[in-house]
Amino acid sequence: MTTEKLELFEVFVRPKRGLDHKHVGSLHAEDKEQALEYARDVYTRRTEGISIWVVKSGDICASQEDDRESFFDPSDDKPYRHATYYPLPKEISNM
Amino acid sequence: MTQSTQNKVDSKQDLINYLVRLGDDSIVLGHRVSEWVSNGPFLEEDIALGNVALDYIGRARLFYGHAATLSEDGKTEDDFAFLRDEREFENYLINELPRGDFAYTIVRQLLVDLYNKHHLQALKSSTDETLVAIAEKASKETSYHCRRSTSWALRLGDGTQESKRRMQLAVDDIWGYSHELFEVDALEQRLIDAGIAVDCEQLKQQWLADVEEVFEEAGLTIPEATWAVRGGRKGYHTEHLGHLLTQMQFVHRSFPGATW
Amino acid sequence: MSDHTKLEVEHELEIAFQAKIDDEQKVEPKDWMPEGYRKNLIRQMSQHAHSEVIGMQPEGNWITRAPSLRRKAVLLAKVQDEAGHGLYLYSATETLGISRSQMIEALQTGTAKYASIFNYPTQTWGDMGAIGWLVDGAAICNQVSLQRTSYGPYARGMIRICKEESFHQRQGYQIMIELAHGTPAQKKMAQDSLNRFYWPSLMMFGPHDSDSAHSAKSMKWKIKRETNDDLRQKFIDQTVSQIEYLGLEHPDKALVWNEERNHYDSSDLDWDEFYSVINGNGHCNRQRIQHHIKAHEEGAWVREAMAAYKQKKQLKNATNAA
Repeated sequence: MTTEKLELFEVFVRPKRGLDHKHVGSLHAEDKEQALEYARDVYTRRTEGISIWVVKSGDICASQEDDRESFFDPSDDKPYRHATYYPLPKEISNM
Repeated sequence: MTQSTQNKVDSKQDLINYLVRLGDDSIVLGHRVSEWVSNGPFLEEDIALGNVALDYIGRARLFYGHAATLSEDGKTEDDFAFLRDEREFENYLINELPRGDFAYTIVRQLLVDLYNKHHLQALKSSTDETLVAIAEKASKETSYHCRRSTSWALRLGDGTQESKRRMQLAVDDIWGYSHELFEVDALEQRLIDAGIAVDCEQLKQQWLADVEEVFEEAGLTIPEATWAVRGGRKGYHTEHLGHLLTQMQFVHRSFPGATW
Repeated sequence: MSDHTKLEVEHELEIAFQAKIDDEQKVEPKDWMPEGYRKNLIRQMSQHAHSEVIGMQPEGNWITRAPSLRRKAVLLAKVQDEAGHGLYLYSATETLGISRSQMIEALQTGTAKYASIFNYPTQTWGDMGAIGWLVDGAAICNQVSLQRTSYGPYARGMIRICKEESFHQRQGYQIMIELAHGTPAQKKMAQDSLNRFYWPSLMMFGPHDSDSAHSAKSMKWKIKRETNDDLRQKFIDQTVSQIEYLGLEHPDKALVWNEERNHYDSSDLDWDEFYSVINGNGHCNRQRIQHHIKAHEEGAWVREAMAAYKQKKQLKNATNAA
């Protein structure tokens, strides 16, 4: 099947109200309207969602493995951003 | 039996017959659409066509199921689908035509989906509660079907020379089967008077307006030819239905009384 | 960089890659990976995708003949799922830098394979039961283990597929229950389908580990998580009580419980038949591919029309914008 001419789209589904849209896969379609329709048929056959996003795969700008150090390492040395950095006195059971 | 109980019995039988017709329309078209599985132009479309077929098969089960309940004689949905002969099937002819090429399927779907849109909308005002519930469910499916068939008609009508040629050819070949969709027989008239059935005659203008709108944008024309084939509601079918039923019913009929 | 240093760098990357695998970390699309890993994955994943797609045919063959409306709806939903699974897998494979049309071309020209089980014909309604129960059952055994495969998109696809497939096996077994506990004619149909599909299902796990060309490398890279023979044994063991419950005769007359191994001992498979079917002597080898090519060719004008329509629309938008 030559779907070469068809655009590749990434599909995101919000499983229920209050949750984030989650990446579920991709599909081929001619335009975003059709991508949305196919996403409904392909990825929500069991009512897995209440909302769908489709995005042209080519429009996604992804960070590269090579950039990983410069992107993410700087936050490694900031443990004080995490609550677990601050031990609580035993007497205080939750905060 | 008093006159009024006799009337009640008659109108119940009328309703059963009406439900079975609607079931016949759904199962026969569902069968045709299901023939596309593994034959679609690409994988996404195989899945989408599968959904449409499933909607129609589900709808047939609801109509037949309601008829079976009303029958009160132990009949099941399967008895209606598998144990009646060609002459007893009362689906509109348009539904039994072969699946044809993709253009043929899209044109048929467009005409039938737009018809269903108005038909189901009207059915929601029936005095029969179960029919109303079925119509509510089915019309959601049909809005989606309309969306699909309309956008496909635009793509193919306004795509290449070849796709336009195929679409117009399909329109020319199918159009003559659309007329009987808007004709009411005595059975339906009695049920219309009772507030149960849809008066199809009333749907024609709205339907035609919808079709013309899509056709205009897609560059398709309604044929001037005046041929019209009728007979579905009388069990007077094309030769295609017999083969469809042969295939659909043979396993069920080969094992009388078996459960599956 | 000289060739020598290039090789050294490559070698170091490979060591780091293997360490990551050994540490049970997932490999993601943009990560560095050895060319062999990528190729091996493309081969396995696209074969898996093709199997789902070709697998639509033998069961699609019975949708229009299903003996009840409920069965018809279930079978259609199941075959439709298979198309969906093919699509999940194609899209997961595309993350490795190959397009769907390249994969399809490889399928149609015979350079890519699909599961040989689909070269067997479906002759009766009982075969819909046997395929769901045994063929999908065997596939699930394999897929459950692949949920832990090292390539992230493949593993995630498998999780999704496994969740959906569990109904496939159950609907098949339910068909078998109805048949086996039905009329004598139905029971006969069930036994016949079991007899025909039992052996090919066992062959789905592939050749013995000692004869499997890709096994060792795949295990080391954790593309495969369990060996062919281990998975096959698991399937043989779990199927025994299922056949018993149906009250059907087990097709393997040599089957016997081995206390020591804690497994069933069974007959060796007819590997000559296995290779004979793979090599083109199955009833449906040519039919399956020709069917696929025919649908593809008949859809060509549709795909062209879509592209043309899109172009027209873009042109219109551009003119309006100007």
